[in-house]
Amino acid sequence: MPVFLLSSKFHNLQELRHSASLVTKVFIQRDYSEGTVCRFQTKFPSELDNRIERTLLEETVKTLNSYYAEAEKIGGQSYLEGCLACATAYIIFLCMETRYEKVLRKISGYIQEQNEKIYAPRGLLLTDPIERGMRVLEISLFEDRGSGGSSPSSSMSSGSSAR
Amino acid sequence: MSAVMITRKVRKWEKLPGKNTFCCDGRVMMARQKGVFYLTLFLIVGTCSLFFAFECPYLAVHLSPAIPVFAAVLFLFVMAMLLRTSFSDPGVLPRALPEEATFIEMEIEAANGNVPAGQRPPPRIRNVQINNQIVKLKYCYTCKIFRPPRASHCSICDNCVDRFDHHCPWVGNCVGKRNYRYFYLFTLSLSLLTIYIFTFDIVHVVMRSVDNGFLNTLKETPGTVLEVLVCFFTLWSVVGLTGFHTYLISLNQTTNEDIKGSWSGKNRIQNPYSHKNIIKNCCEVLCGPTYPSVLDRRGLMQEDSPVSTTCTAPPSSSSIAAPQTTKTTAPLIPNEHTPDDAKPSIAASAEKSPSPKEELPPTPKLPPLASPETDAETSIAKDKTH
Repeated sequence: MPVFLLSSKFHNLQELRHSASLVTKVFIQRDYSEGTVCRFQTKFPSELDNRIERTLLEETVKTLNSYYAEAEKIGGQSYLEGCLACATAYIIFLCMETRYEKVLRKISGYIQEQNEKIYAPRGLLLTDPIERGMRVLEISLFEDRGSGGSSPSSSMSSGSSAR
Repeated sequence: MSAVMITRKVRKWEKLPGKNTFCCDGRVMMARQKGVFYLTLFLIVGTCSLFFAFECPYLAVHLSPAIPVFAAVLFLFVMAMLLRTSFSDPGVLPRALPEEATFIEMEIEAANGNVPAGQRPPPRIRNVQINNQIVKLKYCYTCKIFRPPRASHCSICDNCVDRFDHHCPWVGNCVGKRNYRYFYLFTLSLSLLTIYIFTFDIVHVVMRSVDNGFLNTLKETPGTVLEVLVCFFTLWSVVGLTGFHTYLISLNQTTNEDIKGSWSGKNRIQNPYSHKNIIKNCCEVLCGPTYPSVLDRRGLMQEDSPVSTTCTAPPSSSSIAAPQTTKTTAPLIPNEHTPDDAKPSIAASAEKSPSPKEELPPTPKLPPLASPETDAETSIAKDKTH
């Protein structure tokens, strides 16, 4: 059982960044079963087995998927926005924020909040998918530098850099 | 410890791989060859100027002042659509960072199992099921990602583009998910403008000839001849192109898919993206959500001091990173635990390399597989001329 879970080292994101060392990264891929809509797989990666409860991660991914579905919904509001913008030769987009951009800001805030409350205390960090081209949901695994030297995950890190 | 302080703020567009050119500090993004785009601009602006100079004074007086007004509105709309198509990000997918590329490599190797020495590994393909159809996702050797459905790699711009339609030299940019509707509106409004100018040229010549005679009319307004010539040739190509794209939109297909015959012929795979309803397809393509760019061209690169300094970050890096610390992605300050191939991707050393491509970190050497597919499919797309 990793020692750091019991320690109070990971209180917040700033501490995580400054004192922890990156072990490896796990990537949750896109789920294309419903087409090109942005959705992430809810399959639980095995590397996170002893780091976080399944339900928490599933909940996060499901909430993110619902946000993206809301942003890409084709309905009355998107038609209105589209037609209005077309009528102004899309100049209105220079001043107005689109619905997608509004939802992206909400997502960014949500990920920040999830990191602070759930992931940082467990030595994990979520990366906003928009930073990775909406291709993957990147989860960085950290290990406290102060805790015991060699651990199984450090050998995973040298394997992942694949010299 | 001596830290090299980098004082110039570098924006991310300066370090983007790919063969795009950027203007206005990253606000404008185009392909490298812009010659044909300038020709398009010249033809449109030139023909409209001749129209306003020669035809409009006569028609405004003898027919209606609404004619030049409507022409001006149409001209402005055409220019707005053209510039939007040319200057915006078509939906470029950023290349995989080293960790992601390695992760995908590991997954592929695990899936392939043991390949006997000397034998070629199987092609890198992932099958996904979309609306009960099996769609194959191909691996892009340049971008080191499995391309999402409908994405394709443009060899002219050297980028993977989402919902890739084609690379259009006339607008000097790729046409993809983000700018397809502007491209369609450009061709549609240009068709209308061409028909409009052509019609009123004829009307003008007829009306003037009744008073002065045909040859005198041509002598008085020589611009008319030029306009009619340009409009005549433009009409056939642009109106045809608009019709073709209307057909594609009603079926929710891209030019790329149409050329490759993805949804027709012996494969018998139906288009899984079509709603089977023309109105729904049109609404999705033309009135769907406006996708944001995932490139973040104008974001600031994270400046870091050289590797030898340890994790006590110098104040400059945190102040430059200040707008981004609220995001969860501020890359780590490199220390001895960061995998070596991630360090160069955590932005620049003091010297700037001339070509963004050389900034790419030394990724693990891939097995020497040929990747003819990327060139084959994009060369087919290139062949599609207007």
